[in-house]
Amino acid sequence: MPNSSVRVQRARARSVRGSRTGRAGGAAAAAMGASQTRSEHRHQDLADRTGFSLEQIKNLHRRFQQLSGDEETISKENLESIPALANNPIRKQIIGAFFDKRNQNRDEVGSCEQIGFEQFLMVMSHFRPPSLKTTAEEKEAMRREKLRFLFNMHDTDNDGTITLVEYRKVVEELLSKSGAIEEETAKAIADAAMLEVASTNVPAMGPDDFYEGITFEHFEQILKGLEMETRMHIRFLDVDTTTMRCGKFTS
Amino acid sequence: MQRCGCVPLWLVGSVLLTCSTSGIGAHQDSRPEPPSETTANQSHAEQGHGSSAITGIPVVTFKWHHVETPYLVAVWILVAGLAKLVIEANHHVTEVIPESALLICFGFILGGIIWGADMVQTFKLNPTVFFFYLLPQIILDTGYSMPNKLFFGNLGAILVYAVIGTVWNAASLGLSLWGCHQGGAMGQLDIGLLQYLLFGSLIAAVDPVAVIAVFEQVHVNEVLFILVFGESLLNDGVTVVLFNVFDAFVSLGGPGINAVEIIKGIISFFVVAFGGSFLGLAFGLLISLLTKVTQNIKIIEPAFVFVLGYLAYLTAEMLSLSSILSITFCGVSCQKYINANMDENSVNTVRYVMKVFANGSETIIFVFLGISAIDKEIWVWNTGFILLTLFFIFVYRIIGVFFLTWILNRYRLVPVEFIDQVIMSYGGLRGAVAYGLAALLNESKIKEKNLMICTTLLVVYFTVILQGITMKPLVKWLKVKKASVSELTLIEKLQDKVFDHMLVAIEDVSGQIGHNYMRDKWNQFEERWMKRILMKKSARKSRDQVFKVFHRLNLKDAMNYVAEVKYIQITQKCVWYTLDITRQAGIKGGRRLDKASPLVSTLQGERRGSLEFVRNETAFIDFKKKFVDDLPDITAGMSDDHTAASSMGRIDQVPSVSLEMHEQNMKGVRQMEDINTHHLLQQHLYKGRKQHRHRYSRSHFNVNKDEDEVQEIFQRTMRNRLESFKSAKMGVSQPKKISKHAKKDQLQKVPNGKSTDNSKRYLAGDEDFQLSEGDASGFGASGGSYPFPMMVSYRAGAGIENPAYIPDLDPMAAKIPPWLAQAELDGEPVAPSQRAQLRMPSDLSRLAPLRISARSNDSFAQADAPAARQRDDEAPAPSKRGGHNV
Repeated sequence: MPNSSVRVQRARARSVRGSRTGRAGGAAAAAMGASQTRSEHRHQDLADRTGFSLEQIKNLHRRFQQLSGDEETISKENLESIPALANNPIRKQIIGAFFDKRNQNRDEVGSCEQIGFEQFLMVMSHFRPPSLKTTAEEKEAMRREKLRFLFNMHDTDNDGTITLVEYRKVVEELLSKSGAIEEETAKAIADAAMLEVASTNVPAMGPDDFYEGITFEHFEQILKGLEMETRMHIRFLDVDTTTMRCGKFTS
Repeated sequence: MQRCGCVPLWLVGSVLLTCSTSGIGAHQDSRPEPPSETTANQSHAEQGHGSSAITGIPVVTFKWHHVETPYLVAVWILVAGLAKLVIEANHHVTEVIPESALLICFGFILGGIIWGADMVQTFKLNPTVFFFYLLPQIILDTGYSMPNKLFFGNLGAILVYAVIGTVWNAASLGLSLWGCHQGGAMGQLDIGLLQYLLFGSLIAAVDPVAVIAVFEQVHVNEVLFILVFGESLLNDGVTVVLFNVFDAFVSLGGPGINAVEIIKGIISFFVVAFGGSFLGLAFGLLISLLTKVTQNIKIIEPAFVFVLGYLAYLTAEMLSLSSILSITFCGVSCQKYINANMDENSVNTVRYVMKVFANGSETIIFVFLGISAIDKEIWVWNTGFILLTLFFIFVYRIIGVFFLTWILNRYRLVPVEFIDQVIMSYGGLRGAVAYGLAALLNESKIKEKNLMICTTLLVVYFTVILQGITMKPLVKWLKVKKASVSELTLIEKLQDKVFDHMLVAIEDVSGQIGHNYMRDKWNQFEERWMKRILMKKSARKSRDQVFKVFHRLNLKDAMNYVAEVKYIQITQKCVWYTLDITRQAGIKGGRRLDKASPLVSTLQGERRGSLEFVRNETAFIDFKKKFVDDLPDITAGMSDDHTAASSMGRIDQVPSVSLEMHEQNMKGVRQMEDINTHHLLQQHLYKGRKQHRHRYSRSHFNVNKDEDEVQEIFQRTMRNRLESFKSAKMGVSQPKKISKHAKKDQLQKVPNGKSTDNSKRYLAGDEDFQLSEGDASGFGASGGSYPFPMMVSYRAGAGIENPAYIPDLDPMAAKIPPWLAQAELDGEPVAPSQRAQLRMPSDLSRLAPLRISARSNDSFAQADAPAARQRDDEAPAPSKRGGHNV
């Protein structure tokens, strides 16, 4: 695992600056006490980059180890074996998103077989709630990031557009659990949705144009009205009230 | 201008009306009668009924007292309704001043008139009437149309505001007023601490009626709305308890209160609040269960909802539980199931009647709130008391909201923003509930009852009128996030679903039991148990949200289709007229007709583009100009193949000759065509044989329809569609080829003895035919009509001898599926560029599944499904190819 060792080095390099950048963690960092072990340095570093609090990172790390069986990395099988996920219709897409390189703030595309804790956190950080202190621009950026995540989830072949085939697949799986809707209807729904996108985004299509799929810009456009900031996030373990507010990350 | 003129007229009318209603009892000379006028009337009435000695049969008797009460009720409802009518007619006023404030002002005027006539306020908002007959339907309506997910998602915050906030408001106001009283700010008043607290508790609660009335007009974001609105609904439990407890305390007097009584009071809060809620839930489930089995009595099934809802309210009242909570939760819990269980007509009825009741009684409440003010009796002025109350209410509301939000924001996932908090504190409107409670006070125990009523009224006016008016500018000025006005699109609905599942999944992965997890578990539970028990089997299917949106879109589509079909008939007619004129003018040969055919196609394009074209009277006259100008318009909102079609029209300019002809004859045509179309539709929409049976039934709507008749219509339509389905199957394989053959066949098929001129006519007719065939299936599907005869009669008008010949005229054309027929029509005569031709099939095949599946929702699903599948199989490949091309 050359990859992970590099990461550790990087983390260590950052941890030197950690004391300076750590002020964001503020109270939590102070509460941590004096015993600054290396892993905590690393956590601090992660906290700065993902916006999670140390407490949350600890909890997530515990969960990560639980899932991976105390390994450094986690694989798809690990995630698929979570019993609660068994009922989720879009399980495949979500697990896929964890291993999607595009969600790791990297420029590469494709998916990896295994991810470390850092990547795990990166994906999780898409679901961080905003706080009172986040400014409008930050919110906009967050929204974009979330949208990007969603988009990547739909765009399974990584080519930057959601084609009808891809979209149909998601919709079919999404509706498969509701039982009442047949596959045909699901297909039709996907088609109708696709047409909707096409007609909103390309109002004046020439005769030579062909709508080949939803690009990210179109995706953004069509979901403009969708309340996202208040929806797409979850509460990361709220163990006690002091750490609750550490979810705020001001940069 | 005209609208404004209505107002004085209306005022005069209302003066007359009220004079006649109130004046009859207390004759117009208005001598100072004792206040117990109604009892006087009563005794008078009894005398009238006793009718001592009959001297002869009176031809007409005037029995006012016989009908007085119901008559007055009806007249008041009418007056309130007319008031609303007048107010709503003036849009520019209601945009500035909310309707509720205007209604109160109208009440002032009306009250003044009554006062002027009677010198006593005969009509006041009576607590019994208010709580028993006006309030329940409003609350039931809000509960019934409550956005459940939003409500339960924010339930925690709502409860904090409703419970702690209300207690805080009541306690702080009572104590502060008492403190000021002790400090001597109000002079001589006979009010003790407990009375102050009682007053505080009755005026503490934010009023649901006022809040809805004001917030309905400012479209703030949904979270803010649900917080204010939910608070106003749920704080009733607290208000009732506080009011009862302090009322009891006041009766007990200071020394009678000990720790036990206080604890009892606290316990009673929980009993009242939770008892009321559970009672409501029980009634809601009862309604759901009942509607599951009412399919045989569809006419009265909506009544169950109302009656049981009202019973929930009354039962809670009887058990001294919170009746508002009860009826709220009744509505909330049953909405989902009754909407699924009941017939669609019944659901609409429930919805509509609910709104009629709620809106009506809201109007009456506000009018009466205004009228109640004009009464010398209640006006006891005490500057200190009144102003301090207003001040404290305002200030403590702000403090309460900000403090509670500060605490909540530490726990809330999405914090409530500062400006939202401002609006929340500003939205603390008091209303009729407070007034009703104040009117309930016992005068023997509370000496200053009138002062309290007066203050309550002032608070209500202050909040509803002043704050109501300033709410909108404030919302605008603070740039409060508004609710999105646009309809939820299908893709958004889908995305919502994605969110739900994704959030649960992420919670699962991160190993937490959060809000989403709980909701998911609840959904599963509901799916498994609640629905099975409470929902009809057949109803379970259509419950899905996505499906609903999809269904709605399909309906819209179908409706557009019908509208278009109607339009295309008109258009075709125009074309025919043109051709007719051309022939009459002696211009012969194919050249002219060839030129006319782009016209058909352009009209076709226009048809799909915008129906605005139909409405425009001058559209035909400068058709050419308009066509070019309107192109962006046409293309807007259209999908790909439509665009392709209409843009092709642009390439080939419309020939001007035929258009000139058009111009000359269009006016006469347009006059005729409405009549003609109507006539045609009348003639050819299929009607059953026994259509003139008019029977009356109280329990069924469609008694005049026969079972067989429906069956027959169904069969005819089915046959029709099956034919087009068969042809679709054949046509799919080689659409281009077939269409070309069709052309050739057409020429060979010309009957003997006809001139070449006529043969050309058939060619044009062929196009006409295909065109209508394309629409026919759509029309047949949605309207259940029989489209062929229509075409026949057009031909007849254009000089074809044997109309019966036409349906068989062109068997090949019928074999071309509708979408391809259209493509051919668009494609053939104007000869699009090579590239466009290449591209078109793929575009169309993309569209085809949608078109078909859009229809496959109706009863003809089986017929279309295979075709849809067939098209679907083809679709991915071209779309892929297209993707690489661009």
